[in-house]
Amino acid sequence: MGSEDVYITGIDMIKFGKFLDRSIASLGAEAALGALDDAQVTINDIEALYSGNLMMAAGMVGQQIQQEIGQTGIPVINVANACATGATALREGYIAIRAGLYDTVLAVGVEKLAGAGMLGGGGGAPKGIHPEGLLGSGSMPCVFAEAGMAHAKEYGTTFEQFAQISVKNHHHSTMNPKARYQIETPLEEVMGAEMISYPNTKLMCSANVDGSAACVLMSEKEMKRRGLQNQAVKIRASVLTTDPWTDRDEVMPDVNTCTRNAAKQAYEMAGVGPEDLDLVELHDCFATAEVLHYENLGLCGDGEAGKLIDERATWIGGKIPVNLSGGLLSKGHPIGATGIANQFELAMHLRGQAGKRQVEGAKIGLAHVIGLGTCCSIHILEGPSA
Amino acid sequence: MSDQPLSIVPFLKVPESGDPYLEGFKCSECGAITLKPRMACAKCGGRDTWEPFKLSNKGTLHTFSIIYRAFPGIDVPFVSAIADLEGGGVVKTNMNGIEPDPEKITLGMDIEITYGIAPRKDAEGNEYMTYYITPA
Repeated sequence: MGSEDVYITGIDMIKFGKFLDRSIASLGAEAALGALDDAQVTINDIEALYSGNLMMAAGMVGQQIQQEIGQTGIPVINVANACATGATALREGYIAIRAGLYDTVLAVGVEKLAGAGMLGGGGGAPKGIHPEGLLGSGSMPCVFAEAGMAHAKEYGTTFEQFAQISVKNHHHSTMNPKARYQIETPLEEVMGAEMISYPNTKLMCSANVDGSAACVLMSEKEMKRRGLQNQAVKIRASVLTTDPWTDRDEVMPDVNTCTRNAAKQAYEMAGVGPEDLDLVELHDCFATAEVLHYENLGLCGDGEAGKLIDERATWIGGKIPVNLSGGLLSKGHPIGATGIANQFELAMHLRGQAGKRQVEGAKIGLAHVIGLGTCCSIHILEGPSA
Repeated sequence: MSDQPLSIVPFLKVPESGDPYLEGFKCSECGAITLKPRMACAKCGGRDTWEPFKLSNKGTLHTFSIIYRAFPGIDVPFVSAIADLEGGGVVKTNMNGIEPDPEKITLGMDIEITYGIAPRKDAEGNEYMTYYITPA
């Protein structure tokens, strides 16, 4: 592997929402053009395009985006990796630069998911009888509820503590103009919302939205040649893991072990520990999931997530703010875009451009995604002033 | 259409005589237990190591959720549960014999696996034998 560090020199995301009249290509292209402009380059400077999209994985979405922003004949790599799709696309670009193959690449993540309804567990019976509702539920709200309740079994985590995650992330999103929603949701509203899959109410489930995010990656020498030191965010760690065998993962997707393994690798690669992080964007696909990842990422000890919530340590202004963007719960979760959009949030803080929700003096941030099936990707980023 | 109830999953065995039971497979190399034998052991990569055995009908409740919003045609609420079985093996299915109320369900409680005819038939009208997690 080449020794050159890789930098995010330009990054953008669109305001997440519902865009019935727009093509997936136009959504991806808008973020891509934004990232090119931010990096002060054009499509003619880009040597390869990494395109992340899940729901249209067979649709050559990367090429469709090229047709909107410039067909220069460069390689396009279409990536699908469940909810880690965007992060995996970005990471493939990172790897290619580290390998010395390219100096400047573009990564884009895009998804049209508004109105998709509940994911997982549905669909027609392939043959015989569909097991949904007979052999438990395979719906995503249930899978992550069961993961949360396993934490409750071990540590006594309460419905109210799970619900507080959603109160926090919705609060954070009121300061993020690019979030899908900017609405406060007090505790009683979160707990009193329609119960989907106990303990996850509707307000504790991520928002299905359309969205896109993109970034330009550069080798260190290219970044310096272009004089982008003041905005370049260094990728200190880029990690991808899958779920190793565990005794229960045949019937209970294990989002914990792959996250723990990824975190360990990422901290080693970056040469930092959780105590060095100024902010975290983690995969709050459901409120229950965020609780698990506090411990998986080492933000607190095992069994201490409930205490972290009670102390409001992960709120803005707290010891380790988590999901200042509003997270998947309120910013929204356009699957293929999520793993780049969370790095957009980090980059804004690390560059001092996060507006009302800015973490003062932020130098190091961690972005985490889980793709059920299962995989985990973690990136640790360092700001230009660090 | 079959005149006998079909098995809802391959690991639920319905003998001609005697009670239905769940069958697991244990890896003779590393002891991993699966409900669905793979080409090689998913834990150690061993080949031809899966040995079938009867899973216990006793265990403890590892986790659950109560489903209030499901897909069209699925009755709600119902309890989705996961249990650790005595002697190894983990199963997921509906929990019956208890109210779908979080106050009534105790994590870690003793459970047993029970069997019965599923309340739905398939498109051809076949009946299915299914299994439940039931408070012991």
